[in-house]
Amino acid sequence: MAFFFAQFLTGLANAAALFLVASGLSLIFGVTRIVNFAHGSLYMLGAFIGVTLMNLLPGHFGFWGAILLTGLAVGAIGAFIEMVVLRPIYRAPELFQLVATFGVILVIQDLALMIWGAEDRLGPRAPGLRGVWRIFGEPVPKYDIILIAITPFILFALWYLINRTRLGVLVRAATQDREMVGALGVNQAWLFTGVFALGSALAGWGGALQLPKGGADLLMDFNIIGAVFVVVVIGGMGSLPGAFIASVLISVLSVFGVTYLPQSTLVLMFVVMAIVLIVRPYGLLGREEVAGEHGQVGAPEQPIRPYGPTGRALVAALLAVLAALPFVAEQFVLTLTIDMIVFALFAASLHFILGTGGLVSFGHAAFFGGGAYAAALLVFHTDTPMELAFLFAPLAAGLLALGIGWFCIRLTGVYFAMLTLAFSQLVWSLAFQWRGVTRGDDGLVNIWPADWLNSPEAYYYFTLALGVGGILFLRHVIHAPFGYALRAGRDSPRQAEATGIDVKRVQYVAFALAGAMAGLAGGIFVFSKGSVFPTELEIAASFDALIVVFLGGVKTLAGGVVGAGFMTVVEDWLTRLEYWRLLLGLLIIAVVIIAPEGIVGSLRSLWMRIRGTNDEVAK
Amino acid sequence: MTLSRRTMLATATALALAPVAALAQDSIKIGEINHYKRLAAFAEPYKLGIELAVEEVNADGGVLGKPLEFIFRDDQGDPAEAIKIAEELMTREGTVMLTGTILSHVGLALSSFAAEKGYLYLAAEPLADSLVWASGNPQTFRLRASTWVQAAMLAEEAAKTDAIRYATIAPNYAYGQDAVAAFKENLTRLKPEVEFVAEQWPALFKIDAGAEVQALERAKPDAIYNVTFGTDLAKLVRDGGDRGLFEGRNVYGLLTGEPEYLDPLGDEAPEGWFVTGYPWYALEEGTPGKEFVDAYMETTGETPKIGSLVGYMTVQSIAAAIEKAGATDTASLIAAFEGLEIEDTPIGKLSYREIDNQSTMGAYVGTLAVQDGKGVMVDWSYKDPAPYMPTDEEIQAMRPAE
Repeated sequence: MAFFFAQFLTGLANAAALFLVASGLSLIFGVTRIVNFAHGSLYMLGAFIGVTLMNLLPGHFGFWGAILLTGLAVGAIGAFIEMVVLRPIYRAPELFQLVATFGVILVIQDLALMIWGAEDRLGPRAPGLRGVWRIFGEPVPKYDIILIAITPFILFALWYLINRTRLGVLVRAATQDREMVGALGVNQAWLFTGVFALGSALAGWGGALQLPKGGADLLMDFNIIGAVFVVVVIGGMGSLPGAFIASVLISVLSVFGVTYLPQSTLVLMFVVMAIVLIVRPYGLLGREEVAGEHGQVGAPEQPIRPYGPTGRALVAALLAVLAALPFVAEQFVLTLTIDMIVFALFAASLHFILGTGGLVSFGHAAFFGGGAYAAALLVFHTDTPMELAFLFAPLAAGLLALGIGWFCIRLTGVYFAMLTLAFSQLVWSLAFQWRGVTRGDDGLVNIWPADWLNSPEAYYYFTLALGVGGILFLRHVIHAPFGYALRAGRDSPRQAEATGIDVKRVQYVAFALAGAMAGLAGGIFVFSKGSVFPTELEIAASFDALIVVFLGGVKTLAGGVVGAGFMTVVEDWLTRLEYWRLLLGLLIIAVVIIAPEGIVGSLRSLWMRIRGTNDEVAK
Repeated sequence: MTLSRRTMLATATALALAPVAALAQDSIKIGEINHYKRLAAFAEPYKLGIELAVEEVNADGGVLGKPLEFIFRDDQGDPAEAIKIAEELMTREGTVMLTGTILSHVGLALSSFAAEKGYLYLAAEPLADSLVWASGNPQTFRLRASTWVQAAMLAEEAAKTDAIRYATIAPNYAYGQDAVAAFKENLTRLKPEVEFVAEQWPALFKIDAGAEVQALERAKPDAIYNVTFGTDLAKLVRDGGDRGLFEGRNVYGLLTGEPEYLDPLGDEAPEGWFVTGYPWYALEEGTPGKEFVDAYMETTGETPKIGSLVGYMTVQSIAAAIEKAGATDTASLIAAFEGLEIEDTPIGKLSYREIDNQSTMGAYVGTLAVQDGKGVMVDWSYKDPAPYMPTDEEIQAMRPAE
């Protein structure tokens, strides 16, 4: 019994830092609707700034003073980020801001490396709080007790701020209906900045408070972000008490998981999130998102139409150039182009459900990697001929999408996104942990194409035919009645239902189709690289695709393809430089600010302006 | 200093032309692929070690009368990216062979790629046993002592004590699982009566130290085998120390004594652990190991890490192989690497075994202590890997037919 109690205390202590970071994220999302991926970076900054300050300031006062100052400093940094990066793009399409926050992650990573160096920093101990107290005979670190004691105060302070102050009234009002708050004369810009700063400060405090239990290192931004999102989603996006309950729930369950299911450490929290979302689609204390409430801001868009003669001629010319490439270019250019086509098909498949279907998936890599693994497993274990194994890639990915989609399609918006993320994490952990079959992160190697395809030129044409074929097929589907039905479901589910479209079924089929196409890309990928590793299933792989789709332009036809081509070339070029992450991050932020409709969308708008045509003309 | 526009332009032009100039000098190029950003703490000392050695080689007139040149590329820790870069290096940049990577899975991807395309790959740092055994191929050589060998050294020491009940804690991925399996197999062979009472598997760099320590304590083991490293290790040591987990227990730590992991712990380094590592501070004057340490500290102004040593010896291996081959085509280089012997490395004589393309680099083992506020290895010794290797027959059975 004493052991259980001690474990429970460990869970509560772990919940403290998690709650601080998660409450900040939840607050920011609730008011600004920004899914702030850079929140982990703010947490990391909090840890590094905290270590630096604690080494400068001595004694009790120094330790606690340093923590306080850290929060203020990170809050100021957050305010800066909000004003410089996010404020210009609030009117961009929904969720577009997350691309900008991804740029911020890259910038902060390189800046932190420049300022603090590569070596891990061990956090200073809290003065006078080294060692343990014995509770029912079980040792409990003193600092754990302090953390457990602090958390309710923070929760109370936040509760007081939100429920008893004027700022809190405004924040709550903005969470419910920010248009109305603006209409009532509240300066939204400063409200958003203030909330972003407060959320950032909470992340900074989280980073500083965990120092005596750990330290500061350059990987901690990505290491916490998964857990934080899980907590926020389980609690209900925007709900502070929800974030508190969820961080305690996740932390305590994890502690018991460690003891009774030691192998579960990779997936436990994602399993919990999946279960919670399946039972309660909007988290424990979240509200249903009312359609249209937070929907599209800015001018209503023109429907996408097929390209006119000029567009078709351009595409045909591009294809001709690609077809002639092996005769003029060296081998590496072919490899790079294969990569580009694979990525373009992958991005196009995501773009299909995201742009046309309005379903933002955070877990699309599950189908890309799933297809790659399906083919590779067949070759590796049964020596299946490459041609047959290759066919299996889109098939298996499609089936996987049918399975995952069955659970996810019933949700919408950010909750849909997070459930796809949870499932993709489950697929990842399967590949990672089931070593008997998948060899874990040793990966499956020696997966090479059949002899007739093994020359670079042959495989290039194989990729070109299938990749371009897949992209054109998706384009065709968008303009087929099925595509129109999908778009109707995206723009106005209720009216679509009224005209007899089974919106959920259409979305379900589209999701499976996109999964199969991503699997096709995965199949081409695995035979071009000769190996596949769980890396291809990671969250980062899903985000790569997401970013290029947003960069290319969600509400355009060629967004995914152009974004993928742009990113492949830019990355290939930038990674040769020392501080490529900084440059790439700045570039992403610049593109986001200059071209909030994405590259294709902005070019289109520019073209329209040059031609001086009005909006009646098809875009 | 004021820079005129003209000077800037001239500098820029010179920089832009630099590769061309190098080409004109006709250097021998080596492609080095690593995770310079993703694992900066490990990759940077490694790179410094390489640069030091390249400088020395070129000061001695280079190899085959030409300067040796390394082309460093960042793969972001992504196997697919590494393969793409490898292809570019070999087909476009004119490198004669590939080396690099710290992460085992990236190493395995490059190894498979090298075998398919007929390139030579020297895996410098990856530890996975399968790189030279189960997934081994004639094109891949490996420098560092593998997981199996280092775990076997710790198991040998553990078998000397009267501890019976063992608990293990290792990061939940291939390296951790291999390291635990190797320790168990070796220890059980040496001392059949041992039992393993707990196996803890924290996610890599996401350890919940408090919970892991409680779970280990609950099993009441006589001894603990630790494979965690980096931030996981720091948290485990801190929480375990506070809660008294290590009191009265023997602890064996794989890689725990390597400066990369030991230095950040400062005066909280866990005293009494028996570990593998790199005691550069205690090497004797006049030994080749000490000479390397002095040269490294003089040129870089930093203390060496084990990565520095590996980087340095990577260059020595490559330079020796090229000299032995007398040519830079892949077939000659592979032939040269088979059974290659290098006399004067920091660890003494180094050779590459013909049977599995593994080098004979061993490992330092010793006990941790805290001196002057820093963790150090005491009572250490350098161990040759040969006695810890599986038999030749076992290795041949593991390696796919060559």
